[in-house]
Amino acid sequence: MIATSSRNRRRRKAIDTLATAGIIGAGAGAIVPLFAILIFLLLKGLPALNLQLFTQNPGPTGVAGGGIQNSIVGTAVLMALSLAIGLPFAIATGVYLAEYGRGRVGFVVRFLVDVLAGIPSITIGLFVYTVVVLRMGTFSALAGGLALALIMVPIISRVTEEMLLLVPQTMREASYALGVPKWRTVLTIVVPAARSGIMTGVILASARAAGEAAPLLFTSLGNNFRSTSITSPIDALPLRIFTYATGPFAYQHAQAWAASFILVAFVLVLSVSGRLLLLRGRR
Amino acid sequence: MAGDSPLRTPPKVAAPVVRPRARGAAAGAVSTDVRIRAEHVSVSYGDRRAIEDVTIDIHDRAVTAIIGPSGCGKSTLLRAFNRMNDLIPSARSTGRVEMDGVDVLGRNIDIVRLRRRVGMVFQKPNAFPMSIYENIAYGPRQHGQKRRARLDEIVESTLRRAALWDDVDDRLGASAVGLSGGQQQRLCIARALAVEPHVLLMDEPCSALDPIATLKIEDLMRDLARELTIVIVTHNMQQAARVSDYTAFMLAGEERIGRLVEFGLTDVLYTTPSDARTEEYITGRFG
Repeated sequence: MIATSSRNRRRRKAIDTLATAGIIGAGAGAIVPLFAILIFLLLKGLPALNLQLFTQNPGPTGVAGGGIQNSIVGTAVLMALSLAIGLPFAIATGVYLAEYGRGRVGFVVRFLVDVLAGIPSITIGLFVYTVVVLRMGTFSALAGGLALALIMVPIISRVTEEMLLLVPQTMREASYALGVPKWRTVLTIVVPAARSGIMTGVILASARAAGEAAPLLFTSLGNNFRSTSITSPIDALPLRIFTYATGPFAYQHAQAWAASFILVAFVLVLSVSGRLLLLRGRR
Repeated sequence: MAGDSPLRTPPKVAAPVVRPRARGAAAGAVSTDVRIRAEHVSVSYGDRRAIEDVTIDIHDRAVTAIIGPSGCGKSTLLRAFNRMNDLIPSARSTGRVEMDGVDVLGRNIDIVRLRRRVGMVFQKPNAFPMSIYENIAYGPRQHGQKRRARLDEIVESTLRRAALWDDVDDRLGASAVGLSGGQQQRLCIARALAVEPHVLLMDEPCSALDPIATLKIEDLMRDLARELTIVIVTHNMQQAARVSDYTAFMLAGEERIGRLVEFGLTDVLYTTPSDARTEEYITGRFG
């Protein structure tokens, strides 16, 4: 009864091998696009890279040469602005959801945060256009930063919530048992214990926002000159890529590839350092 | 810290008489001053009653052990003494837990202040992920102690009281998480002592420790009982017999509601239990 015929066994082995191969194939297939993109970027972007890109603004349209310094500086300014606007809200929301948001209100807030995360980024741009740009009467870095902040907030709040929930309950109890009130326990024990996880969320959200073009189209607009003023239009790498990739000139296409290369390298560095931080925090 | 708080720092009712302690000696050798008087205490979690009608006197400067099988409500009773049950939203307590002339279960008790007075050590060592020094200094700092010199003193003296100073005096800045389980547990005791509690509640403090670390904690408890009141919940009957002056035996019946079966001097309870169930439990016939 227990002895299985060798024929049966061979058949089972064959099916096992086939299934394993199929799964490995599917997994490999999923990462092909990533490597294809990276290889393309290397082939097209690397040759177009030069020092001038980092030191010069775009020249007159149609004239080859010039650089994308304005876009690099612009992206940096937009990142700083969006973090300055979004981070306090995002962390506060995450703390609320993890430590206080038990009842119905917490459920609603959590739901709304998820809805916000799902809103198309172009819609966020349109919203900011209506409430900020029209009112200020000008496109501005501030409007762009606000739009990017709205994209970051839900990501950072949910990561913060999850990281705070990972802090063992026994840690909180230890603090309560010393006669420390809840809010101080949260600030002095729970949040610091989750610090590296929260940082990871912030970095990943920044990487996501850095690559967004849509919400900037009618908020920060773009600018052919380097600007650091928060009330003027400002350029950004994704905007520059969009403009140049759809432009008629060969030098624009080359610079679009170079800008893509710089952007992806930046995002990759952020993502990898975020993951590394998370790994280090887990240990 | 409002001076009109119901749990004001005590003008101690009567200075407790410090009697020489002799383990296993006659009943009179052990302190009989009552520090906590629990009367008809019941605790429910939602619809489920966890303990019912527990009346017990916790004696000052003595070790009281609460023993009993799993699920008999030992921890629930312990956690009523510093209102830790409040952390569970569905928990409801009735009855009286009197300490320094106030009902600790009362509505307008300053819980934060209560917990400073009644420290707690948990089953698993739960050192904060910070340095050894910061772990100890955390409590006093949160209560407003800012002077570095004073904090240094507190850290050293509490670590000495917890018999940990010699192990760590050369690495106070090192992470507490790197300590061994037994050392971490002694650190947790030191951390609790740093806010100068009068009562120390210990919820199975040795269950995650090896026998040698356990022995050290037990020695420590005997030492500490000279100055403060200790209540320990333990699964381990031998441990209760070794460290405690008084023992309370709790049991949950068919309906899973914990009740106090017997309470008395440890020596008496272990040698001549008055309840048949106590005898069955301590002789290992169940539990």
